[in-house]
Amino acid sequence: MEVYLDNSATTRVRQEVMDEVTDVNLNCYGNPSSIHRMGLKTEKRIEDARKHVAKIINAKADEIFFTGSGTESNNIALLGHISGIEGKINVVTTNIEHPSVYNVLKHFKDNVEIRYLDTDNLGRVNLEQLENLIDESTYLVSIMHVNNELGIVQNLSEICKISKNKNKNTKIHVDAVQSYGKIKIDVNKIPADTISFSSHKIHGPKGVGGLFIRSGVKISPIIFGGGQEKNIRPGTENTPGIVGFGKACQIVYENFEEETCRLRNLKNLYAKRLTEEIKDMKINSSLSEDGAPHILNVSFKHVRGEVLVHFLEMKGVYVSTGSACSSRSKSNRILEAIKLDPDYVDGTIRISLGHFNNEDEVEYVVESIKQSVEEIRKIMKL
Amino acid sequence: MYNIVAVSFGEIFLKGKNRGSFEHKLIEQVKFALKEFKDIVVYKELGKMFIETSHEEDMDSILEKTRKIFGIVAISPSIKTETDPETMTLKAIELFKYLKDKKNFKTFKINTKRGDKKFPIGSMDFSAAVGGRILEHFPDVTVDVHNPEVEINIDIKKHCFISSEKIKTAGGLPIGSSGRALLLLSGGIDSPVAGHMIAKRGVEINALYFHTYPFTSERANEKVKHLKEILEEYCGNIKLYSINILEVHKAIKEFCREEETTILARRFMMRIAERIASNNNMDMLITGESLGQVASQTMKSMAVIEEAIQMPILKPLIGMDKTEIMERAREINTFETSILPYDDCCSVFAPKHPLINPKLESIKNSESKLDIEQLIEMAISTIEIL
Repeated sequence: MEVYLDNSATTRVRQEVMDEVTDVNLNCYGNPSSIHRMGLKTEKRIEDARKHVAKIINAKADEIFFTGSGTESNNIALLGHISGIEGKINVVTTNIEHPSVYNVLKHFKDNVEIRYLDTDNLGRVNLEQLENLIDESTYLVSIMHVNNELGIVQNLSEICKISKNKNKNTKIHVDAVQSYGKIKIDVNKIPADTISFSSHKIHGPKGVGGLFIRSGVKISPIIFGGGQEKNIRPGTENTPGIVGFGKACQIVYENFEEETCRLRNLKNLYAKRLTEEIKDMKINSSLSEDGAPHILNVSFKHVRGEVLVHFLEMKGVYVSTGSACSSRSKSNRILEAIKLDPDYVDGTIRISLGHFNNEDEVEYVVESIKQSVEEIRKIMKL
Repeated sequence: MYNIVAVSFGEIFLKGKNRGSFEHKLIEQVKFALKEFKDIVVYKELGKMFIETSHEEDMDSILEKTRKIFGIVAISPSIKTETDPETMTLKAIELFKYLKDKKNFKTFKINTKRGDKKFPIGSMDFSAAVGGRILEHFPDVTVDVHNPEVEINIDIKKHCFISSEKIKTAGGLPIGSSGRALLLLSGGIDSPVAGHMIAKRGVEINALYFHTYPFTSERANEKVKHLKEILEEYCGNIKLYSINILEVHKAIKEFCREEETTILARRFMMRIAERIASNNNMDMLITGESLGQVASQTMKSMAVIEEAIQMPILKPLIGMDKTEIMERAREINTFETSILPYDDCCSVFAPKHPLINPKLESIKNSESKLDIEQLIEMAISTIEIL
């Protein structure tokens, strides 16, 4: 049996999406910048996809910009917000951001002070601290909507409200790569200025990201070229990828409530069964509404996460490590932030669910994890 | 411009009666190293080897590959042309211009060697004529017959060979001329360097890699495979054996003291290596040990480890410092791959306080609790060739 439970890393492309990708590659391969009919036909496909992508967050199509990845979207947004600013400013962010935000912020010069918000043991940011950290020189607040390792969902509307109340000029960037298509975001209710997301996390093709830029918000480009994507991301459009992304969004939109509910039940079932079957185990993800429906982070005492991953791969089960301890020099920034018991840090794995997972797999997976954990403990504890 | 390389052999000349077979091995080795290039001819003529290509644009890569081959001391990239005086002169001028563009120099000399006496112009006269033509083209240079910065050699045989540069190469003996050995390749920095050093003396190398999957990653295999491929550029074809010794580690962990783990595991590795070597016609083992580098590489530890087998172990790095080994690893281009961060066999089961002063008696006592033969056989049954 093969069970892929690493959907937060990337997902399998849906057949319907693949059909569109193939169709564009074979039949609609013109360059949308070309003035001939083939170019126009391609351009129309892109604009059609843009509408589907926008709909997921209730945005207008012209607020959506296609990029090469979620990482690229975060870079374009953060660098684009900050570039050209000379005076002393600060940026408020969390201590559990994805590297594509964390490392961009670290890269800024001395005039940009980075202020980190603490998180509790589930990864929730401290809202009181947020209010205290924001002042008149806070230029930007950058918040990850759903954490990729823990699955915690930040209270975006509160965060935005507090931020804009404290300083109405503060810009807000949301990294929604893990939440897009999984948790409802309505840009009419949440005053974020930019939001980044990615196609391959929702069964779309790899190599396509998206960035929402609210009408009127100015982003200075960081890449220069032939003017595509209104100069925000020049370069010949990845039409097959974009059209595939559009198709993936269309499917997500049509089944939104039903699918997230299904995934949440599946996640809770995994949490319940693992807790019942395995001793000395901790669930690090929230099982209530502030936990993403598809991410379950668990730790096992006296186990090494990467060894467990290899044991499970032998049984056809694919998960990922929460901890980066395979390269011993690196400690895990996220698990440190939530102050996870050190006895458990090394034994952390992430189970992340997607459309192709179902209840029939649960018993096989739980049994596989149970057996593997027991075997590893036996060897490590001998 | 260059279309042929003249290759000078090294110590093969000393090897008397075996010379023919060594030269043959060397030609095979050159062909193996250059297998990716189209339209290459490798041949022997008058005690020299030549590598000829019809694609001049490949020449830089051919030189780069050839200079790594053991048993060759020098290579001269040359222009092979017909023995027509005007063509030869033009080619010499072309070579001169190429050298002048590379490095500005002021003095030169032409050497003509007339092996084919049918060539109508005498050596001295031809040198003078070509020199004169060069002076017409390059007014800022002068001839200096005693101490020239650049010499152009015109060698007239059945064909004419024009050359100037002589590149010093790897040296050593042709692979296979000194026998066969098994290298214990760990994926770290040291063992590839050790393999390279022994291969230089003409030893055909095969390699053995121990892992403890699933306690180590399959990516670690890829890393070792990549190291093997880098070594193959010097050593020719290498057979890489991979063996899972998880059962050995489990048994040691269950029945023996933690601090003895490394010594016991290494004794098992030696036994397994010895068996694989002797079953495959290899006479010695090679390890990357350097005295005192880690606990298992103290005098005492090495003595206890080696006691487990009969086969001699070559340790070419024994007197080298880590920094010297690293420098070598960079030179042979294995360093960057060696430092990739995948767990190797040692790190998962490594004891917190390994013995540096093991007693053979006590190690043997621990081993008496294990079924050594069965564990060796279990390990060998996992053999794979990567």
